[in-house]
Amino acid sequence: MGVYVTENCVDCRYTECVKVCPVSCFHADEKMVYVDNEICIDCFACIPACPVQAILGEEDLAEEQQKWIEINRERSAVLPVIKKSVDPLSTADAKRAALGF
Amino acid sequence: MTAVPRVVIVGAGPGGFYAAEALFDLGLGVEVSMIDRLPSPFGLVRSGVAPDHPNLKKPIETYDAIARQPGFRYFGNVEVGRDVSVDELLQVHHAVVLCYGAPRDTGLGIPGETLPGSHAATEFVGWYNGHPDYRDCHFDLTQESVVIVGQGNVALDVARILLHGVDELRKTDIAEHALDALAASRVREIRIVGRRGPAQAKFTSRELGEIGVLPAADVRVSPADLMLNPASREEAAARTSVNLKKNLGIFARYALSVGSGPVACYFNFLESPLEIGGDGRVERITLGKNRLEGEPFAQRAVATGAAREVGCGLMFRAVGYRGDALPGVPFDERRGVVHCESGRVISDAGPMSGLYAAGWIKRGATGIIGTNRACSGETVEALAADLPGLVQAPRGGAVALAGLLEGRGVRTVDYPAWLRIDAEEVRRGRIAGCPRRKFTRVDDMLGVAFA
Repeated sequence: MGVYVTENCVDCRYTECVKVCPVSCFHADEKMVYVDNEICIDCFACIPACPVQAILGEEDLAEEQQKWIEINRERSAVLPVIKKSVDPLSTADAKRAALGF
Repeated sequence: MTAVPRVVIVGAGPGGFYAAEALFDLGLGVEVSMIDRLPSPFGLVRSGVAPDHPNLKKPIETYDAIARQPGFRYFGNVEVGRDVSVDELLQVHHAVVLCYGAPRDTGLGIPGETLPGSHAATEFVGWYNGHPDYRDCHFDLTQESVVIVGQGNVALDVARILLHGVDELRKTDIAEHALDALAASRVREIRIVGRRGPAQAKFTSRELGEIGVLPAADVRVSPADLMLNPASREEAAARTSVNLKKNLGIFARYALSVGSGPVACYFNFLESPLEIGGDGRVERITLGKNRLEGEPFAQRAVATGAAREVGCGLMFRAVGYRGDALPGVPFDERRGVVHCESGRVISDAGPMSGLYAAGWIKRGATGIIGTNRACSGETVEALAADLPGLVQAPRGGAVALAGLLEGRGVRTVDYPAWLRIDAEEVRRGRIAGCPRRKFTRVDDMLGVAFA
């Protein structure tokens, strides 16, 4: 179990996930958002909300994505909670296009 | 702005609490009152979320924190439309936000639907969750064959509760009367029926996968049903169809027959109930075969004319829900929701000043708990934009509402009184070895609230 924000969020940070999180478990820095899995209830509301499919359940993490478990844990512990969505980063649309979404 | 904004929210479910949260987060010192028909708050998180999904009840901790914010006041055991009207609420507040949900099932509209043994899934869900409205419902669990019509998560909730052993359920906050009835269950066959195909089923994949790991279940899907038509293949191939792809994978596993438990659990596709038959109670159901027509993502079920009959002693319909109209509030009869745009309630003459809606009564019964947070956020954004025009004169707010209700002899349950009920439920649960043993009658709740 567990929900993790992965590389597709970097330079996008659309924060659509933040709008639908029922327990406000997202944290943000200037690059992306992270999930605090101590608070997350595994409802998966955020997973389909992300326009670039950056958010994955633990069972869907590929081998090379396993590192995001630790990154989400570490970063969410030190960053402030983000309760409301904010404008995407200026690089978001270019990254999204590059990802093919 | 010239006055403290005073807002009242009708309905203490997720939509209501997320509206309250968004109002507080405006940082304008808004006073927020919240009314609920029941003494207990939290709506479907308390009485809809299945007892075997305790994680999904955790938003209650978030709602409790919102309820403890300065400026919040709870009015439980108050029914809008009976104890107080929407007009009266508008007179003493700057804004009213309707979040009273969509609890009514839409029905199938087929012969035999009212026979004993044919039920709305909402009744069963309310019953096992201890909702007072459904306390005296009776479900004949001595029947061996159950048909559940619908392919959303409510259908899976009903199936799962029937498939769980009572020893498992005993550790949850399920209603005691439901435990007693389920202990005597003789259900041996569950058939989940949907009018469209496996690619169109609304189940979320995790809930779908859960059925297969229940020890009691012997899950069966016909491999022929997984042969998709071209439009469905296109739906499945889309990059955004993440849940759908997972569902198809799970159905493919189920087609190999998963589990060896005593209860056969069938997923039947492309079938619509045409008629429920029986001598004084449900004994059989006629299922008409469908095929899909239309463009990808807009395929409709069309009857082929073929039909079959299956034996069934108990039937649940989980096919859609609608809200009830309130006097003076424009209502979309077709969709069963309040008529609104971006959360503003709209009459023929345009937006109604100070009247808003959020949650299921605004957008219909779709989405999960978190969907309501975005929904209420949008409504409060509209309300905040209108606020400068609304707060020209002071309004009585919570104090005026309390006075009005007291004058009418309404016994309102405030938040501290709810916390007494809550503590007593938790205490009873501790004795029974479960997280909470709910009160299932309003009078019992009031007895604790006013002790």
